[in-house]
Amino acid sequence: MTTKLSPTGDLIFFAVFAVAVLTMPVWLAPVGAGYPDLLQKFAIFGLFATGFNLLFGLTGYLSFGHAAFLGVGSYTAVWSFKLLGMNPIPAAILAVATSGVFALAIGYVSLRRSGIYFSILTLAFAQMSYNLAYSVLTPITNGETGLRVLQSDPRLFDGASESTGPLISNLFGVEMTGWGGFYFCAVVLLVGFFIAQRIFRSPFGIMLRAVKTNQNRMTYTGLNPRPYTLAVFVISGMYAGLAGALMCITDPLAGAERMQWTASGEVVLMTILGGAGTLLGPIFGAALIKYFENIFSAFNEQTLHEIFSFLPDFLEAPVVSIAGLFVGEGWHLTLGVLFMLIVIFLPGGIMEGVSRIGRLFKRGSSKAEPNRQTAPAE
Amino acid sequence: MEILRVEGVNKSFGGLRALNNVNFSVEQGTVHAIIGPNGAGKSTFLNCMIGRLAPDTGSVMFGDISLTGMKPYEINQVGVSRVFQTPEIFSELSLLDNVVIPTMAKRDGTFSLRPFKRLDRDAEIQDKALHMLEDVGLAEKKDVISGSLSRGDKRRLELAMCLSQDPKLLLLDEPTAGMSRADTNNTIDLLKRIADRGITKVVIEHDMHVVFSLADKVTVLAQGTIIAEGKPADIKGDPRVQEAYLGGAHL
Repeated sequence: MTTKLSPTGDLIFFAVFAVAVLTMPVWLAPVGAGYPDLLQKFAIFGLFATGFNLLFGLTGYLSFGHAAFLGVGSYTAVWSFKLLGMNPIPAAILAVATSGVFALAIGYVSLRRSGIYFSILTLAFAQMSYNLAYSVLTPITNGETGLRVLQSDPRLFDGASESTGPLISNLFGVEMTGWGGFYFCAVVLLVGFFIAQRIFRSPFGIMLRAVKTNQNRMTYTGLNPRPYTLAVFVISGMYAGLAGALMCITDPLAGAERMQWTASGEVVLMTILGGAGTLLGPIFGAALIKYFENIFSAFNEQTLHEIFSFLPDFLEAPVVSIAGLFVGEGWHLTLGVLFMLIVIFLPGGIMEGVSRIGRLFKRGSSKAEPNRQTAPAE
Repeated sequence: MEILRVEGVNKSFGGLRALNNVNFSVEQGTVHAIIGPNGAGKSTFLNCMIGRLAPDTGSVMFGDISLTGMKPYEINQVGVSRVFQTPEIFSELSLLDNVVIPTMAKRDGTFSLRPFKRLDRDAEIQDKALHMLEDVGLAEKKDVISGSLSRGDKRRLELAMCLSQDPKLLLLDEPTAGMSRADTNNTIDLLKRIADRGITKVVIEHDMHVVFSLADKVTVLAQGTIIAEGKPADIKGDPRVQEAYLGGAHL
């Protein structure tokens, strides 16, 4: 079990993770996921879920409004493109700053309550933000059309350059679509993951676990839980804002639907599916959900007929019509079934499955070793 | 020298007068027991001292610091620790981490943001926490998740957590409640052992065996009023105390 890795162990862990992320185009190609649009989503939502997990996994505070920060990050990034130019770096920095300020305000109010009341408060704030973005704040957000970069925008630093094609974010000449966009997102994910790893191992991290386990003991131990929860709420909101900025960096368009409660729910699903409180889990969860969304929603009746063509005709028709419910538009049904199975049989998410398999393997290889105390893997 | 002085404390819940003009003081370095029948107001009294409840009137002075109106974590920071009736520990964390947290709270205060420092590289804290676990005899279990401990071990861990902060005053709310006789005796031994450190203790207790083996002084509370105070031997023979305990069956 990797309950506590040594500093060297952590570095090796991070190095392996970094190599795995950067070589995703190679090893995910055989399962049909080796194209940049999907891999960008893996990285972006992996980052979003990693940040969400810092709050939910460590402190147990279930925010149901994290999409608000995603949206704030997106709008900020597009405004940065409009005003400053198409460079992704100022866009990312400004998005992190604005979403941090937003998180500070929302967190300050919401963290007065815990448990279900905290969740409802964050949900209410997120829906408020969504409705504001959709209607009242149209001058800033461009309402239901969505905010995009126009040729006529000032773009302080590159507005002079004459271009006729569509406006695409670029980092000193490297266009942020396709593979360029993926590698940019992947590097940002790695930075985010590294910071999360440090937080997990830090004195701050253990205080956050203390918040989750026993706030009463914490107060009688001379610690004030409020600033700890607020600090991690802001950090978590900044991750979400950065993820929102990455969405606009790879595709410079921000819409209000990004802030809707379904988007907040999705990151909760990703984190729980992968394993809340673990470092890798949320990234697995995010990748799995995005993979299903892309692969299963692309299936249609035609592909199903091809898959089940080996069956006799009288069987093929009903099988195809039943399987048809789970693909295409109905891929959410597959996701729902998968989610139920995991929550019922593996409450610790995918990471619990991984550590169970690891334990089986260990027991098989060395029976002499006494059964050690186990804790969730990270 | 007095370390704690409670003057004229009243506390009512609706129409119920839980504490009625309680005056109470604790001498430095002693073990002071508070006993009394169920519903006498012992826990209310303790909660008023530690900041969980605000007394309606009266004052609680710790040395020359007024504890009235302070938050529980501020009270802890001036040197008052508390052991609960049911052990309050961080049950999802390892024993070592359980002791590391209060040790850090003592050194770094109510809040410190150090997200990039490695906790396992903080040798001062780690060593101190491990020594504390050794003192209470739990060192070999340092990596065990504390929720899986027995009741007696949880109590020992909680004591280690409190002691790691070198408190000036330790408040214990029925430290042996719900324990087997063997665990109770172990806990008494441990409490006697830590008495050598010179920590002043206030113990709320039901079990007279515990009270008479530990306390230097006993205060008897009944219906929110102090009815007797003195050395354990004197209290044992006091007719008012026997009256309060329904004919003295417990004594």
